[in-house]
Amino acid sequence: MAFSTSGVDIRTRLQDLIPKLVLSPSIAAMMIFVYGFIVFTVYLSFTNSKMLPSYDLIGFENYAKLWALSAWWTAVSNLAIFASLYIVICTAIGLTLAILLDQKIRGEGVLRPIYLYPMALSFIVTGTAWKWFLDPGIGLENTMHLWGWQSFHFGWIKDRNMAIYTIVIAAVWQTSGFVMAMFLAGLRGIDNEILRAAQIDGASNWQLYRRIVIPMLRPAFMSAFVILSHLAVKSYDLVVALTGGGPGRATELPATFMYSYTFTRNSMGIGASSAVIMLMTIAAIMTPYLYAELKEKP
Amino acid sequence: MSGATQDTAVRTSGFSRTLIYLVLLLFALFFLLPFFVMLVNSLKPLSEITGGNMMALPQHWTIEPWLSAWSTAQIGVEPTGLKPYFVNSIMMVVPAVAISTVFGALNGYVLTKWRFRGDSILFGLMLFSCFIPFQIVLIPMAMVLGKIGLAGSVQGLVLVHVVYGIGFTTLYYRNYYASFPTELVRAAMIDGAGFFRIFWRIMLPVSGPITVVSVIWQFTNIWNDFLFGASFGGQSQPMTVALNNLVQSSTGVKEYNVHFAGAILAAVPTLFVYIVAGRYFVRGLMAGSVKG
Repeated sequence: MAFSTSGVDIRTRLQDLIPKLVLSPSIAAMMIFVYGFIVFTVYLSFTNSKMLPSYDLIGFENYAKLWALSAWWTAVSNLAIFASLYIVICTAIGLTLAILLDQKIRGEGVLRPIYLYPMALSFIVTGTAWKWFLDPGIGLENTMHLWGWQSFHFGWIKDRNMAIYTIVIAAVWQTSGFVMAMFLAGLRGIDNEILRAAQIDGASNWQLYRRIVIPMLRPAFMSAFVILSHLAVKSYDLVVALTGGGPGRATELPATFMYSYTFTRNSMGIGASSAVIMLMTIAAIMTPYLYAELKEKP
Repeated sequence: MSGATQDTAVRTSGFSRTLIYLVLLLFALFFLLPFFVMLVNSLKPLSEITGGNMMALPQHWTIEPWLSAWSTAQIGVEPTGLKPYFVNSIMMVVPAVAISTVFGALNGYVLTKWRFRGDSILFGLMLFSCFIPFQIVLIPMAMVLGKIGLAGSVQGLVLVHVVYGIGFTTLYYRNYYASFPTELVRAAMIDGAGFFRIFWRIMLPVSGPITVVSVIWQFTNIWNDFLFGASFGGQSQPMTVALNNLVQSSTGVKEYNVHFAGAILAAVPTLFVYIVAGRYFVRGLMAGSVKG
């Protein structure tokens, strides 16, 4: 009797332990490689690290230096331009395509993959394609000239003031199909009975969408906003491939700034502080969203 | 009937339908054009590109640029072509996807069916880790990889991608398993089945759809990664980094046709996966598996 109960005890205790054991390598990795590393980078941002990490604290000096650098201000204002246009245009195109595709379109099965395939490509491939497409010498401008439209001019990629918009074009090309898929999923989840009832009440198509459908897509808007904004802050490869940060420094973003200050300009402390600012930006966007998400599905 | 209820009940007239098709086709053109241009020009000799129209079909079709991009083009200082880097990418992506997916499945199983005090906090921390800008971990990661002797190696890149991929795979499997009836698991427990037995016999057989989503997601992300490859790749650079080196090289004549062939070569694996299994991916997305 006593034997069997203790046997059960050990067995159940072991059973209790196994799940935690299975989870523990991932938790350990996360604690070290994510949160430990974040703490370390934050620490470095308060030190006088140059080419190599140093552990001498110097307070907020790096942050003061960072915000005094015109290159950083360029990167931040570029991000503001890029992120807002990228998010707004992707959402607009994604929503438009989803609504149009939802009108019992013949050939939806062909069109959907065409809209979606760019998301399978790497930003380096996208950048390579668009870099050339937008090059005035051999790309679109040249083609238009050869087709007889001599006055056509499109040299944004070589123009300091306009180059950042070419990054927007390429990034929108890459992601708006993905946003479309999210909205389409939302649209297909809406109960048709509600729409029919509104139609019987005499609502026009426009009213139907403005008053009923779009408000019901709130969750899809939220997901799209969170995904697009975090992609925007992380954007690095596309700039490297499309413009290399140029002409001059016209298309630097915080991600390229961090990389060059840390690894090629030997200012690791400043690089670390710029990374911390990037993390704080993302955290400000993500935390409320994640909190709501976790509370909703306990 | 079932097809009809899928779409909205909105009725449209003949004129607006024409307009809808027109807009949809214009966007299809916008999405196809850059890739079409790359493909067409990768099959032309260089003289036709610099002197001709990028939209025109080749006058002399040639696969020379493809051969050159694959095996003889100058990448950095070595005229190796992209082949060795393609191999690097494969060696990196296969173990990284497999390991992170296995961990994701097990974690999702624990977090939904073997819940314990504080598990949602751990999951919250994991979820947040999916979205960090990787710049915040670049410096310590470079130091650690150096210390443990994995800097510049494929194994190092596998480690990095597994570590930063587990958050997403766990998210997928957790959301998927959350809708699986816990009573079935409990009944199996009462029958004396253990942790792994339940996983193997009950959870795995229903995990097909989410595994497709997880594998496609991880495969495209890891294959397409540039930041980690450029930072930690060293002698074992992946395809994306090599492609960038090829395209950005400042020496000699710019062989655009070779660049395009290389870019398409870098895109082939993910496009292939997407074409073969993309339908399931979209279906998985639509099933609500991606909430993040």
